[in-house]
Amino acid sequence: MSKYYLNYLDELESEAIFILREVWAQFQNPVILFSGGKDSILVTHLAKKAFYPAKIPFPLMHVDTGHNFPETIQFRDDIIKELGVNLIVGSVQESIDDGRVAEEKGKNATRNALQITTLLDAIEANKVDCAIGGGRRDEEKARAKERFFSHRDDFGQWDPKNQRPELWNLFNGKHFQGEHFRAFPISNWTEMDVWNYIKRENIAIPSLYYAHEREVVWRQDSWIPNSEFLVIEDHEEIVTKKIRFRTLGDITITGGIESDADTLEKIAEEVSGMRQTERGNRSDDKRSESAMEDRKRQGYF
Amino acid sequence: MLDNNQLLRFTTAGSVDDGKSTLIGRLLYDSKSIFEDQLQAIENTSKKKGHEGVDLALFTDGLRDEREQGITIDVAYRYFTTPKRKFIIADTPGHIQYTRNMVTGASTANAAIILVDARHGVIEQTKRHSFIASLLQIPHVIVCINKMDLVDYSEEAYNKVINQFEEFSSKMLVKDVRFIPISALNGDNVVNRSTKMDWYQGAPLLHTLETIHISSDINKVDARFPVQTVLRPQNDTHRDYRGYAGRVASGILRKGDEVTVMPSGFTSKIKSIDTLDGELDEAYAPMSVSITLEDDIDISRGDMIVRSNNKPEAIQDLEVMLCWLHNDAAKPRAKYTIKHTSNEQKAMIKEVVYKFNINTLDRITGDTELKMNDISKVKIRTTKPLMVDSYRENRTTGSIILVDDATNETVAAGMIV
Ligand SMILES: Nc1nc2c(ncn2[C@@H]2O[C@H](COP(=O)(O)OP(=O)(O)O)[C@@H](O)[C@H]2O)c(=O)[nH]1
Repeated sequence: MSKYYLNYLDELESEAIFILREVWAQFQNPVILFSGGKDSILVTHLAKKAFYPAKIPFPLMHVDTGHNFPETIQFRDDIIKELGVNLIVGSVQESIDDGRVAEEKGKNATRNALQITTLLDAIEANKVDCAIGGGRRDEEKARAKERFFSHRDDFGQWDPKNQRPELWNLFNGKHFQGEHFRAFPISNWTEMDVWNYIKRENIAIPSLYYAHEREVVWRQDSWIPNSEFLVIEDHEEIVTKKIRFRTLGDITITGGIESDADTLEKIAEEVSGMRQTERGNRSDDKRSESAMEDRKRQGYF
Repeated sequence: MLDNNQLLRFTTAGSVDDGKSTLIGRLLYDSKSIFEDQLQAIENTSKKKGHEGVDLALFTDGLRDEREQGITIDVAYRYFTTPKRKFIIADTPGHIQYTRNMVTGASTANAAIILVDARHGVIEQTKRHSFIASLLQIPHVIVCINKMDLVDYSEEAYNKVINQFEEFSSKMLVKDVRFIPISALNGDNVVNRSTKMDWYQGAPLLHTLETIHISSDINKVDARFPVQTVLRPQNDTHRDYRGYAGRVASGILRKGDEVTVMPSGFTSKIKSIDTLDGELDEAYAPMSVSITLEDDIDISRGDMIVRSNNKPEAIQDLEVMLCWLHNDAAKPRAKYTIKHTSNEQKAMIKEVVYKFNINTLDRITGDTELKMNDISKVKIRTTKPLMVDSYRENRTTGSIILVDDATNETVAAGMIV
């Protein structure tokens, strides 16, 4: 009888599918938060599995900072077409133009914090009651206690002390009008699990994850891509390097690492030897020890 | 990692200062699961606090409030991987106020690590933790006798704890208990075998976690398939497709099996078991699949597909071991929503049969108030039947939660007797 067990990737997959189906069953109007990064691509792939042979029964939602890698936008549009689902875009630029938020100033200015307002506005405008994200508990210590079903109050805020206990596989998504949930189907995956699974399933991901030549600037311990949005300081030098990205975010703050990994096999191998967390390359998380926790409380992804 | 590597979930319990954080830090550190930037952050904090060397316990500190108060107040999940297995640690605080957190962490665990300070031996908290582990039917319990360095690595001290433990645990239902003498601080018998305790013949902790046999812990006899949602694609290739989506709770379902749909009682045969990756001949726990039947039957979320010759009970009166999770005590005869697999009904707590003194394991009768962290045996009546097995036989179809309709909060967790 001993062959009747799942390996760890199959078990993680099955758990994620279970969560996605629970979301669909317990909420009226869920969306997948789609950033074009590997984690949201993975969630989308798992949603495809969860509802096969039906198509994914809810839209993808993209919070567009305006500071995108062109490759990410292309990838997003392709996947929408392939899946035949709707896309909702929340635009940070519009939030700025409408005076909802003000652009940060200075050299390390990012639109990261501004996304929170745009996200919450888009959630409200589209009457979304559950936003499915690709957050993982191993990413950052503030996430270690995050639930699969994470309750937000009517200001979209997360109270880490007031979370519902989750036992067995009984998930409580009950909520009042105006409140919403975040759901995290891949909570239990590590970065390594994600890569091993992407490799196994041969999931398409943006070319940015593969090693490629690019113009970059050395800043805060990583290679920041040159772009129309980047303010170059006098002492900084634009160089061309073979790099790849471990995570994708706003183009102004996503740092790359030097790498020759240009296949999924090589990427998985490289990641397994890494001695730095993936968020070590994102300057938004370097601001303070509790940077992520502060943003999460306000309603960040 | 190899393709057939399994996932093992375990909880850790111990009272404050028994060394739980140090042990977890040690496991992660010695198995090379701590990244350099994380280690750097811990080193900085250690220095700031004036510690000598790196305080591994800092690695498991979570949210800011807790960092400031220096205590752990919620379940935090940690991950590490070895060439043999992937591990998920549900790190739960040891305080008596946090019984509910331990129950939460224990609910999905394959194994529990219970820490005992070698100098103090078995204390009330040890009993409470063991009791919760047995109540939640965690299949494997590993008692780590820590701080062996402070008792000169003495075999006598170790044996004394074992004797104390066996004395009280004989009353409980723990199937597999092991004892390991360790020093979390120095790393003895955590990842690496200790050179200071030749008298101990067993394996170090990590090796034990890597090799415990867990595939037979899942119930493979009683086929249970709670329906989560119905898939109706209505596209050209699958025009009349009607698939029942769910995760196999226990047992094995095969194409062609005679099945009964509960509670309606209609019978049919499994026509296909589908996944995006293709059709399967069989599905077993905990696989997520879509099942189609030969006959057109009205089936919806909350129904359960089972093999016709092996059915769960459909009952409205349940006896439940209930752990109260919420700050607000239970209101007498109040109505709650009961959640059981994918099913949901209204329910009322009709009677508190007895309460446990979770330190002495004595039964208290006459006290009927259910307060946070209380564990009690209660009688619950539901508006419609639930399809249940006893928790002892089936952790998935034997468990429930109660939700307060006024607040939508999860207020209690229960195991069906
Ligand atoms: N001598 C010795 N001290 C230990 C050992 N394990 C933990 N400690 C110390 O005991 C104290 C409490 O440990 P900690 O891990 O914070 O305990 P927790 O409250 O259970 O998480 C700390 O000062 C640790 O350094 C051990 O094996 N030997």
